[in-house]
Amino acid sequence: MTLTKRISYSVTDTWAITHRNLLRYLRLPQLLFFSSFQPVMFLLLFNYVFGGAIGNEAAVPGGRYINFLLPGILVQTSLFGGLQTGIGLAEDMGKGIIDRFRSLPMSRGAVLAGRTFSDMIRNIATISIMLTVGTLLGFRFLNGFIGAIATVAAVIVFSFAFSWMFAFIGMSVRDSETAQLAGFASIFPLTFASAAFVPIQSMPSWLQVFARNQPVTHAVNAARELALGLPSTGAWWKLLLWAGGILAVFIPLSISRYKSRV
Amino acid sequence: MKTAFEVIDVHKHFGDVKALAGVSLKAEQGKIYGLLGPNGAGKTTLVRMLSTLLSPDEGSIRVLGTDVVANPDKVRETIGLAGQYAAVDEFMTGRENLYMVGRLYHLDKQEAKDRAQEILERLNLLDAAERPSRTYSGGMRRRLDLGASLVGRPKILFLDEPTTGLDPRTRLELWDIIRELVKNGTSILLTTQYLEEADELADQIAVIDRGKVIVEGTSDQLKSRLGGDVIEMEIPPAKHQKAIETVRKFGTKDPSIEGDHIILPVKEGRKKLIDVVRALDAVKIAPESIALHRPSLDDVFLAVTGQKASDVSQAPKAKKGARS
Repeated sequence: MTLTKRISYSVTDTWAITHRNLLRYLRLPQLLFFSSFQPVMFLLLFNYVFGGAIGNEAAVPGGRYINFLLPGILVQTSLFGGLQTGIGLAEDMGKGIIDRFRSLPMSRGAVLAGRTFSDMIRNIATISIMLTVGTLLGFRFLNGFIGAIATVAAVIVFSFAFSWMFAFIGMSVRDSETAQLAGFASIFPLTFASAAFVPIQSMPSWLQVFARNQPVTHAVNAARELALGLPSTGAWWKLLLWAGGILAVFIPLSISRYKSRV
Repeated sequence: MKTAFEVIDVHKHFGDVKALAGVSLKAEQGKIYGLLGPNGAGKTTLVRMLSTLLSPDEGSIRVLGTDVVANPDKVRETIGLAGQYAAVDEFMTGRENLYMVGRLYHLDKQEAKDRAQEILERLNLLDAAERPSRTYSGGMRRRLDLGASLVGRPKILFLDEPTTGLDPRTRLELWDIIRELVKNGTSILLTTQYLEEADELADQIAVIDRGKVIVEGTSDQLKSRLGGDVIEMEIPPAKHQKAIETVRKFGTKDPSIEGDHIILPVKEGRKKLIDVVRALDAVKIAPESIALHRPSLDDVFLAVTGQKASDVSQAPKAKKGARS
């Protein structure tokens, strides 16, 4: 098979699987509703519960707490969105359909790539809902249109990379409940011990060391700087470095796990 | 003889469990090869290896002359796989499922559409074509699954217990489809727990248990080892003499007596059962009960190994054997 043919087959295979996964959301609209319900609830709770406590202009960059909060919540939401990749794949693994795919002369990465792409598209939908609700709560992009696009792009790149990490977890545990628990166990410490909800200076010093140097903080800082036009701390290239590193490790790992799956 | 697939001394372990312990098989093209065995015998493991989902620990497997480990992609282009777990997407309609598989075989859009339509017609699923497959009955889902395995016009079809759990009518429908496929030149490997199914469909049968082939042959060869069907009649002892004289000519051996029961070994039991009933009626003997017993999987094992099948408790048996 020629290389161009191989590439064009990979693209059509991936699209066929993406389409399959997206159809599920169209056929089960309540799934889409409830998957955006939880992040919206987080947004409301954080804004009204923490907003009063730390929401003065001196304490947070970006002025109002909602301006500080929303980029953080977007990153958290997109991480949970990435977790769906793991859950979805674990579910598929338990069913016969993966055997069908593996017995077809299709590209080996397409089932995984199709899953991560469809989750990315769903993530974009969720992010739009979050931005709408955020705007109603008073959030404003302060860095122009390009800044707004760059913010969303940063969040999506980040979640796409994590999607591949969760893909690997999902295929390794092979059970959707375990995949969910494993995902929660990594997402909660990463998001709460980060710059997502509160300024890092308020944490104990030992925790600050972790919080300052972990990927979620870089993603949150990048999103915040791009959305609010804050002076850049170089967070965006640290985010890209992390995303690239995660992809470089987990794409080959996931594909080889898919190939060798019993 | 042109070989459809060949399995040479294949071993497979899962941890401490030995799933296959040196299996060798050879199947002819354009025929149905039946793999008969209880749950856990290793049938599914073998099918998964033939369809490139698993690699053997030892030994080799060739499908149409191509080694499944060395060149899995080439093998995948020539095979179709359908099994006991209907491997279709439940949120997609029947048509969408078939179209997706067509695209994954790299048919162009129009071809994939045409092929989906063709298969829906052939498998009698047109009425349900636009419904999500989760609304299908078990039998319809199994047909759709089989349909998906046909999209790529496979030369060899692997059917892993395609009728397990189906009601008798749906099972007969599937049998017809399978027979038609073979008529059109497809080679088929069929695994089953039911002797009756292997008997009806398979040209060649291998009986497998605990990862080993215990006996291989045509259905007739297997049956001759078992002695075939028996008709069992419950008749008051006073009339035994007359009844035996009446039915003797239908049997392959002389009838025997067990208590109130007369036991007659026969060939082609279903036809002979009617003859026996008519003959008895003609001499005014009305049996209390009369039954046809066909050899079951259990009997095969009993006959060839002297042991019960290792796990037939979960397999619904074709009959309750009352012979001794």
